[in-house]
Amino acid sequence: MLNAIWETEGLQTVGIVVLVFASIKLLHLLGLISFSEDSVEDELELSAVRHRPEGLEQLEAQTRFSRKELQILYRGFKNECPSGVVNEETFKDIYSQFFPQGDASTYAHFLFNAFDTDHNGSVSFEDFVMGLSILLRGTIQEKLNWAFNLYDINKDGYITKEEMLDIMKAIYDMMGKCTYPVLKEETPRQHVEVFFQKMDKNKDGVVTIDEFIDCCQNDENIMRSMHLFENVL
Amino acid sequence: MASGVAAWLPFARAAAIGWMPVANCPMPIAPRDNSKRQDELIILNVSGRRFQTWRTTLDRYPDTLLGSSEKDFFYNEESKEYFFDRDPDAFRSILNFYRTGKLHYPRHECISAYDEELTFFGIIPEIIGDCCYEEYKDRKRENLERLQDDQEENKDQKLPNMNFRETMWRAFENPHTSTMALVFYYVTGFFIAISVITNVVETVPCGSTANQKDMPCGERYTVAFFCMDTACVMIFTVEYLLRLFAAPSRYRFMRSVMSIIDVVAILPYYIGLVMTNNEDVSGAFVTLRVFRVFRIFKFSRHSQGLRILGYTLKSCASELGFLLFSLTMAIIIFATVMFYAEKGSSSSKFTSIPASFWYTIVTMTTLGYGDMVPKTIAGKIFGSICSLSGVLVIALPVPVIVSNFSRIYHQNQRADKRRAQKKARLARIRISKSSSANAFIQSKRNGLLNELLELTAKEEDEQKLAKSISLLESQHHHLLQCLEKTTAHEFVDEQVYEQNCLERALQTYASRSPSISSHDSSEGTCCGRRGKRNTPLPNASLPSSHQGPLQELSAIHIQCGDPPSRTASRSNLNLKTDNSGRINCKGGRITTAIISLPTPPALTPDGDGLHGPPQRRPPPPPISNSSTDVFTASTVKKD
Repeated sequence: MLNAIWETEGLQTVGIVVLVFASIKLLHLLGLISFSEDSVEDELELSAVRHRPEGLEQLEAQTRFSRKELQILYRGFKNECPSGVVNEETFKDIYSQFFPQGDASTYAHFLFNAFDTDHNGSVSFEDFVMGLSILLRGTIQEKLNWAFNLYDINKDGYITKEEMLDIMKAIYDMMGKCTYPVLKEETPRQHVEVFFQKMDKNKDGVVTIDEFIDCCQNDENIMRSMHLFENVL
Repeated sequence: MASGVAAWLPFARAAAIGWMPVANCPMPIAPRDNSKRQDELIILNVSGRRFQTWRTTLDRYPDTLLGSSEKDFFYNEESKEYFFDRDPDAFRSILNFYRTGKLHYPRHECISAYDEELTFFGIIPEIIGDCCYEEYKDRKRENLERLQDDQEENKDQKLPNMNFRETMWRAFENPHTSTMALVFYYVTGFFIAISVITNVVETVPCGSTANQKDMPCGERYTVAFFCMDTACVMIFTVEYLLRLFAAPSRYRFMRSVMSIIDVVAILPYYIGLVMTNNEDVSGAFVTLRVFRVFRIFKFSRHSQGLRILGYTLKSCASELGFLLFSLTMAIIIFATVMFYAEKGSSSSKFTSIPASFWYTIVTMTTLGYGDMVPKTIAGKIFGSICSLSGVLVIALPVPVIVSNFSRIYHQNQRADKRRAQKKARLARIRISKSSSANAFIQSKRNGLLNELLELTAKEEDEQKLAKSISLLESQHHHLLQCLEKTTAHEFVDEQVYEQNCLERALQTYASRSPSISSHDSSEGTCCGRRGKRNTPLPNASLPSSHQGPLQELSAIHIQCGDPPSRTASRSNLNLKTDNSGRINCKGGRITTAIISLPTPPALTPDGDGLHGPPQRRPPPPPISNSSTDVFTASTVKKD
């Protein structure tokens, strides 16, 4: 009696197994399940973005560089980025190589946003050269404008304490760990306080462009250091 | 600094304008680019083939031949070009390195020729790019092995003075060296064979005597076999002891596989000698005899092939293990299924799952003994599935598995190699990074020299130093200095940092001296470096001997005037009074030290007032002229 029960049970097991396999095969045929790990459609590799800059004459007219200087700049630029544009990762890489001891990626991020004037995620040669033109050959007003733009992370025309703190932390990050005197947690914050004391004339907690420019023009140190890099190229 | 980004240095410096409004103190002066050469094309004539490139391209790597002034040795005046009598094909990749910053290894080149070219042009091979590095290393390794093989053939020659022990060891390892060694080699081989054959024959039934059934020979001729066994074990023991004596490193020899096999081969005999009387353990003693079969492994000293097989198995162990594991999974699955399927049948041999293992293994390997067969329909169905999958799993893909194994094995080896190489390369990259950081700190010291000498206007000294660092380096260092000034912190190297950490930990327990309080208060003001600082520069040890004046200047506080009255500094480095004749100080006090002295708190000026004007000439502190000075990293004060 028991044997018969077991025998039918054995047959039932077989039946169930066969049914399960058949249904899986059916579903696979219908395309509802896929067995392999990799997806069917491969992601199309974004073809490398290639960008050709405007002509030499136009750039010469728009910036304050001479022809020869533009040539030198472009050669260096294209050597490092053969595709003609720099994306943020490459930018961070390049900038970090100048600061081996610390972490320059946050500051490079802010710098990238400052250079990427049309906010399309990449810095082309025109952006690059425009930025450099302001920094190296611009008037004091323009340079200070650029610096304000750099500090104003959300580009709303006001520098708040939080924005300044972010920038300050990014700058201090570039110093790394091994400094003298040892970097403390509140050093950037203190520095921000000093900055705001100097710049924020009406004590409303934000620094506007006029306060900024005013204050910088009255500060001898800053004025002098603005002229520091004039002979860079 | 990777000079591939040298072109971006102007950009990085321009971007430093972003720090200016934030900084509270003045920035250092930028280095001037005195060489206003226009960028010119250089012609490099390599064995007749002319290569042309910009001068700045070559200047990117100033520590190579082409980037430094060393190439002036190869300048040809008449043709106004640099002539190198080297291989132009190899030169292509070298010049490409300057252009792109990546060094590639051309596969058709001979590895030693390429290495020579790299050495000639002063390029280290480690910077070969990732794409070509593995190939390069592989070829280099093969070359090295070839050289080693060549050397090994010479190894068999007898060295002039080897003592008896070394001669014996050499005889053991290479039997071809002397006739004695050869004789010994063959004798031991013969006895191993005898011993193995004896073990085998011992168990053969030797013909029946009148009284009993067939006895194995071992029991019939006990004495003879015992003598044979004893003789073999004697020989093996003597051989083992001789090897132990002759081995250069006895500990290492005892741990090697061969010696363990030797020991295992002869141990049962001695254990047997000791234990023959005791009847209880005679059963175990019989089992020990099994180990006598290990004597056959002693043949591996005599056979290269056996050794290779052993090595292959050892290295394929992980793949074999995986194969075994997957087989075990399949066996367990099928055994379970068969057990439950056969549970119903009456006289089923499938009494438990482990009992079904036997059936599964026999079926899957297509042996099919037939001692266990399923009787139920379900059992037969699953049994047939089992044997079919056994065929598929084992018989058919064996060649595929074998080739897969060899491929996986090689890949694995390469992955391990790459991992090891990667670690070494990362270490090198880290070193070069830290070296560039240290270069900055180093040049800070030297930089002080430059400023100092410019002031004292000693022409020859200045020229000596002027070219020691390239313009690129000086610009990069200026950039780092601006960052330091912005944040009012300085870059130091690891050792100093650790020291300072220790110092601060200790200082918190010491009583608060005025210097410490002024140190803390100076956190906010950037330029007043009034902190107590002990020797930050490990290299700046007390110059005991009078070396060149230039070196000493960087570290010591030279005073041509009266020694300062209030110096509470812990390190007396600061107080090296030196002859005024060495430098034209004319009574001026020159402090070039990064070492600073603590000033009394009364001096603490507020804000930047003290240091508003340019660094070179800070106004004297409002104390007496001859006493302690307040200094920044580079202050020169002439009284």
